[in-house]
Amino acid sequence: MPFEIDIGADLDEVVCRAPASHIDEIASILKSDERTSFKYLRLLCVVDYEEEEAAFDVVYHLYSLEHQHKMVLKARILAADPRLPTVTTVWRGADWYEREMHDLFGVEFLGHPDLRTLILPDGFEGFPGRKSFPLHDYDEF
Amino acid sequence: MTDSGITTNVIDKGQGLADMFINMGPQHPATHGVFRMELALDSELIVDATPHIGYLHRGSEKLFEHEIYSQIITLFDRLDYISNFNNELGLVMAVEKLMDLEVPDRAEYIRVILCELNRIASHLIFIGTFALDMGALTPSLYNFRDREKILTLFEATSGARMMHNFFRVGGVKQDVIKEFPAQVATLLDELEAGIDDADKMLSLGEVFVERTRGIGVIDGDVALDWGVSGATLRASGVPYDVRVEDPYSVYDRFDFGVPVGSAGDCWDRYYLRVLEARESIKIIRQALEQMEPGPIQTKVRAIARPPKGEVYVHAENPRGDFGVYLVSEGAESPYRLKVRPPSFCNLMALRDLLVGHYIADSVVILGSLDIVLGEVDR
Repeated sequence: MPFEIDIGADLDEVVCRAPASHIDEIASILKSDERTSFKYLRLLCVVDYEEEEAAFDVVYHLYSLEHQHKMVLKARILAADPRLPTVTTVWRGADWYEREMHDLFGVEFLGHPDLRTLILPDGFEGFPGRKSFPLHDYDEF
Repeated sequence: MTDSGITTNVIDKGQGLADMFINMGPQHPATHGVFRMELALDSELIVDATPHIGYLHRGSEKLFEHEIYSQIITLFDRLDYISNFNNELGLVMAVEKLMDLEVPDRAEYIRVILCELNRIASHLIFIGTFALDMGALTPSLYNFRDREKILTLFEATSGARMMHNFFRVGGVKQDVIKEFPAQVATLLDELEAGIDDADKMLSLGEVFVERTRGIGVIDGDVALDWGVSGATLRASGVPYDVRVEDPYSVYDRFDFGVPVGSAGDCWDRYYLRVLEARESIKIIRQALEQMEPGPIQTKVRAIARPPKGEVYVHAENPRGDFGVYLVSEGAESPYRLKVRPPSFCNLMALRDLLVGHYIADSVVILGSLDIVLGEVDR
């Protein structure tokens, strides 16, 4: 498995870049292994690098209450094909985060039990979280 | 079930046979904002619950990307709109950490005092409205009176009762007035008496205990799996408090306790907040003693430009672990600013808490989570 770890200088925590296609397996290992035991998913979010790099970063902020360790897990997905496996099977708390990111960025979390809209009105078109979505001048709801 | 609200189909949800669907909210006094949930009932027993959020979605995180940092502070005030200072602290700490700024001691103490007062104000609202959810009107009147005293002090300090815009990158907007320590000390005595009153009136009342003991129980491990934090998590026996676990500002200089529950039910969640308010009073008293005259602002450019990089900071808000993830490209606006809203995660666990209880308890269970929809929807 291609697995690259680098330690961020500006972000005072371990940053682990992992392949998006295996993110659920990696997350599962990080949670269950005693040496890491990241049982607490603090935050899951998407950062939009569509304009420069045609990609999204899905960022997972993890914390271990036992070791008081923290870690950032990042998976890169292509903006043209924004799909990656869900981590709701690992942390249930990923549920609404993934639905929110699906609403705002159009990222498909494969295997998510229920990817209905969460915070946008039903029938809203477009992905307002993305940089390409204008702040003003879109159709009035 | 459809999004239109009530459906009359009789379906088996696995927990029992649902013969009625009730749509609660978004305009409902006990949902504490615009929150809606669909309840599937087997006579009076809840067999399934589907929460719906988003009625207050303002696209804050998108707006952040188009504003300069000093403007974003005002938007943070409007996230969790009853603990505004705590929100502001999260943002300014993130920017300061990225810019590697040293904040003067006096500013830190002013921040801590205001944040802890805000925590007490927030907990007072919780105690009052929680009792109100069960039909007890009196505690809410007393507690709103006490909260108003705190807000008056906030107004004298920052100029606004709630939307303060007072914390700055590298310090605070202005120094507190000379009489501030004396005013806070007097206020604390009054608050202490007020909290004691509410405690005496409510906590061990027979009806109150009957309504809350053993209701909405959640196990510590399950709560952690949902990402629940704050008093809601500590009620389930997990001693996780950011102020102790990962001390920020000057919290490592104070001696205070972190109350932890064991039952994980509504009563524990309620009582922890009573105890926490008392701990906050302790912290403020120590802060008043330690606070010394000095500068209140580090020298920074009028328009802050954090260097390229990213940072995650978190703080203990009245509702739980409030996180700010800031990605900067070196511009005067953030590239991405994502908030970890504690109420959002606490609300996720709601379905687990509701199923198996009576419909009358749904209001109590929702109330015990102490959510603020401004933060859930952003």
